[in-house]
Amino acid sequence: MSVIAAIATPRGTGGISVIRISGEDTFELCNGIFTPTSTKKRPSEMEGYTCAYGKITDGGEYIDDCVLTVFCAPKSYTGEDVAEISCHGGIFVTNRILQLIFRNGAVPAEPGEFTKRAFLNGKMNLIQAEAVMNIISAEGRASHCCAAALKQGAIFGNIDAVAKKLLGLLGELGAWVDYPEEDIPEVESGEMLSVLEESASALEKILRDYDSGKIIREGVDTVIVGKPNVGKSTLMNLLSGCERSIVTDIAGTTRDIVEESVTLGDIVLRLSDTAGIRKAEDIVEKFGVERANAKLDAAELVLAVFDNSEPFNEEDEEICKRCEGKKCIALINKTDKEQSLDVGHIEKTFEKVIYISARSGEGTHELEAAICGLFGTDGLNYNEGILANERQRLCVQNSLNAIKEAVFALNDGYTLDAVNILIDEAENYLLELTGEKVSEAVVNEVFSHFCVGK
Amino acid sequence: MSHYLDSYDVAVVGAGHAGVEAALAAARLGAKTALFTITLDAIANMPCNPSIGGTAKGHLVREIDALGGEMGKAADACYIQSRMLNRGKGPAVHSLRVQADRVKYHNHMKKVCEEQENLDLKQAEITKVHAENGHITSIVTRLGGEYKVKNVIIATGTYLKGVIHVGEVSYESGPDATLPANYLSDSLRALGIEIRRFKTGTPSRVHKRSINFDALEEQQGDDDIQPFSFETDRYTMKNCVSCYVAYTNEETHRIIRENINRSPIYSGRIDAIGPRYCPSIEDKIMRFSERPRHQLFVEPMGLGTDEYYLQGMSSSLPEDVQIKFLRSIKGLENVEIMRNAYAIEYDCCNPLDLKHTLEFKAVKGLYGAGQFNGTSGYEEAAGQGLIAGINAARSVQGLEEITLPRSSSYIGTLIDDLVIKGCSDPYRMMTSRSEYRLILRQDNADERLTPLGHEIGLISDERYEAYLKKQEEIDAEIARMKKTTISPLPELNEMLVSKGTAAITTGVKFADLIRRPQISYDDLAPFDPDRKPLSYEVKEQVGLKIEYEGYILRQLMEVEHVQKLEEKKLPQSFDYKNITGLSLEATEKLNRIQPANIGQASRISGVSPADISVLIIWLSQNPLK
Repeated sequence: MSVIAAIATPRGTGGISVIRISGEDTFELCNGIFTPTSTKKRPSEMEGYTCAYGKITDGGEYIDDCVLTVFCAPKSYTGEDVAEISCHGGIFVTNRILQLIFRNGAVPAEPGEFTKRAFLNGKMNLIQAEAVMNIISAEGRASHCCAAALKQGAIFGNIDAVAKKLLGLLGELGAWVDYPEEDIPEVESGEMLSVLEESASALEKILRDYDSGKIIREGVDTVIVGKPNVGKSTLMNLLSGCERSIVTDIAGTTRDIVEESVTLGDIVLRLSDTAGIRKAEDIVEKFGVERANAKLDAAELVLAVFDNSEPFNEEDEEICKRCEGKKCIALINKTDKEQSLDVGHIEKTFEKVIYISARSGEGTHELEAAICGLFGTDGLNYNEGILANERQRLCVQNSLNAIKEAVFALNDGYTLDAVNILIDEAENYLLELTGEKVSEAVVNEVFSHFCVGK
Repeated sequence: MSHYLDSYDVAVVGAGHAGVEAALAAARLGAKTALFTITLDAIANMPCNPSIGGTAKGHLVREIDALGGEMGKAADACYIQSRMLNRGKGPAVHSLRVQADRVKYHNHMKKVCEEQENLDLKQAEITKVHAENGHITSIVTRLGGEYKVKNVIIATGTYLKGVIHVGEVSYESGPDATLPANYLSDSLRALGIEIRRFKTGTPSRVHKRSINFDALEEQQGDDDIQPFSFETDRYTMKNCVSCYVAYTNEETHRIIRENINRSPIYSGRIDAIGPRYCPSIEDKIMRFSERPRHQLFVEPMGLGTDEYYLQGMSSSLPEDVQIKFLRSIKGLENVEIMRNAYAIEYDCCNPLDLKHTLEFKAVKGLYGAGQFNGTSGYEEAAGQGLIAGINAARSVQGLEEITLPRSSSYIGTLIDDLVIKGCSDPYRMMTSRSEYRLILRQDNADERLTPLGHEIGLISDERYEAYLKKQEEIDAEIARMKKTTISPLPELNEMLVSKGTAAITTGVKFADLIRRPQISYDDLAPFDPDRKPLSYEVKEQVGLKIEYEGYILRQLMEVEHVQKLEEKKLPQSFDYKNITGLSLEATEKLNRIQPANIGQASRISGVSPADISVLIIWLSQNPLK
């Protein structure tokens, strides 16, 4: 495979930068650009896990002092020969060295390509590779924590514990069936039920955490609604920290949807500010209101804004109706003004009612806490590990379904051989998840992740 | 010096349970066949337990019969007690087991072989197998007789360099005081076949009059006996004898523990590997020291003898210790041993060298079957013998050899396990080794294998017609049960409630009620005036197929799913070192086993899912031509 190279540290000016090179001819390439001063050995003569101090030169021209670390195949991250050049951290100098490496035969590494090679070379299993992919693409801190915990196997601890329990049950069933003459006690259906139910609840928790985790990774589709001029755009600007929406005192200023990703605590909200919902006369505004309504219906979270200083009216009523059955929070804005709003109407629809001043920022902490509470991310411990993707979620879901059917079959009076195959099935899905069993699903995943043409 | 005697299409070396099935199958398929044995008096001998069947093994016998083998019919002809084990644990694990009359069984099988057209029985020890250019050419007997042969099936059981151990004493011997075969191993080794050393053991036989039966629990056979063979009429069968249950106690265990150093295994004199799933009594006591007692079965060896077999008490402890620990058991206080328990060491091959057809990869025309392939048990042996015999005959006739997928049978599962996973101790079949238990039931072996048996030519047209008629009746009756509605009659509801299930308020299909685990097909007979008289076997299938339909469908879906991996073919005689990214262990295993497809590769221990991903990616970039 070709030699690939990329800057491994974040782009920007720092103390040092690290450039990683991987592939069969890595050391030959290094021979041409690196002159050691701390040793007489050229890079291709160095042993694995050693480093040398020296100079990077471009056809005789000195570029930078650096440290070269050598990893010999297969004992490296990718399983190939790998070199890491630690140079001074300026953007200019780092890029110049990288360009030099490219001119000497390396090609730029695609995103995730080092990991892909590690996977192809058997250095990590698919699940670990998936986790690394998530780390690479992780944006928020919480998202990174989840990905890291996954790679280190936190989720596997949990899955493994369930898999072991089921395996224990299968072992008992197997012995009981295969040795009818060894007076092995019958597997008590009560005991079996309790193991199955414990397993089911462990898997259910993993699935719940995944749903919360998905929110952490992917953000929440959030829409801000309210009748005109209640301060929706001011709230949008407060949350996003910049003047994104045009704020005037004229009702109906925002006619189309303004979108922005904002981070509130650990959660990313994909916020949409909308036109105020009212019976619009203007055709443009009318169109805006329609779109606002559609957006509201599709959103995962609705922030409904009400004006503290105005009485509750028909338009507010309309908004309350539209919010029914959705995850929503009522924000009573303009708390700096005298209260004319009858909050009683609002409390009927909204479980969470928060007083806020979008202008001063008062109440944002309460809002943050309310959102975390609503999406179950407040109790989420990132270190416990969260499933990385839909494939993994599907494995757990299928396993859970099989366990539930086993419980059903057991309660319904089916013979244990039928129950046994359901437990087998539940176990197999978990093994598929942890990468201990090959299945068509795993194979398909290989293709979808690494685009290695069929 | 050798002298030419004759030529055969197929020569079978060894006339135990594998050899007999192999020879009969080859001869019945029209191959000129010779069956060689060190002694004609030990054809189809049962040197260990006088029983056939048991968990998973019963399934094997039913499958052998469904394919056109002999074991099921012979067992039906020679049984003295029959029981269906695991009744109540579900149809997937119902397992038929019979006590057989050992001498009668031997005589029966010997006669069947003698009467078989195309089959010659010969008492001779085969000492050499010759091959030229990787192809079998001839075999030579101890007396120097040479036979030109196209195919050879090695089914030597525990005879190959057999050594018997009793305590500190050991001597060269085959099983049951026969001569060992001391020469063949070296000849096989010279052909490049890896030879390993396994061991197994057997308990003592004791005299009937020395047993106090009053102190034992009696165990009778079933009232309603199911035969092994699909051709045997179930209503002609009845039991002749009882078996008995006894228990070891703390004193038995103390005697064994105190003398454990005198066991050739524990003292390290034998390092051959014994069967994990069929342990000796000293193994059970050392490994499960917390168990206060172990069960043993006292079983008659036949109707014409007073010998009794002590199942569960296999041992290689010295004679004086054997007497002492047996006499510590309640009911056996005065027991007189007629034959001592012993352990036997023998040479066998490594089944990883075999193909799924049971032919060796390295030598064209050389097949292995039975204990020689690393298994344990008469039924496992017979199943392999049948497949090796069929394939040896077909290869002579230029026909494509057969292999059985795992999803078709326990025989297929057994062979796939052997040649793909290998075995590190004598392999015993168990229901838990099959991932398709609910479709590989003993009751539907005919549905799974009889069409194939007929196609091959081991199942007669007459039997096949009967099979087709049975299947038609089953399908028609299931269709009727799914179509016909039953009304909520008071008598029906009374019956439903009495069986512990809910009454119905509106009309439902018969099938909906049969699906309830508490209700059987027969329970509904009084409410089903249109029901035609059907055979027991048809009714059984109708009930099972309706009740377990959902589970059966699930397993069939799993079969289909796995099939996709089996369809991804891998190159043959390929050097996996050419694929970068495989682990070292995977490369070695793949090179040795040469799996036919990704499905097989995924079952090899040491080949991880990561290795499989590498293989798949490699295949996608280097499609097979």
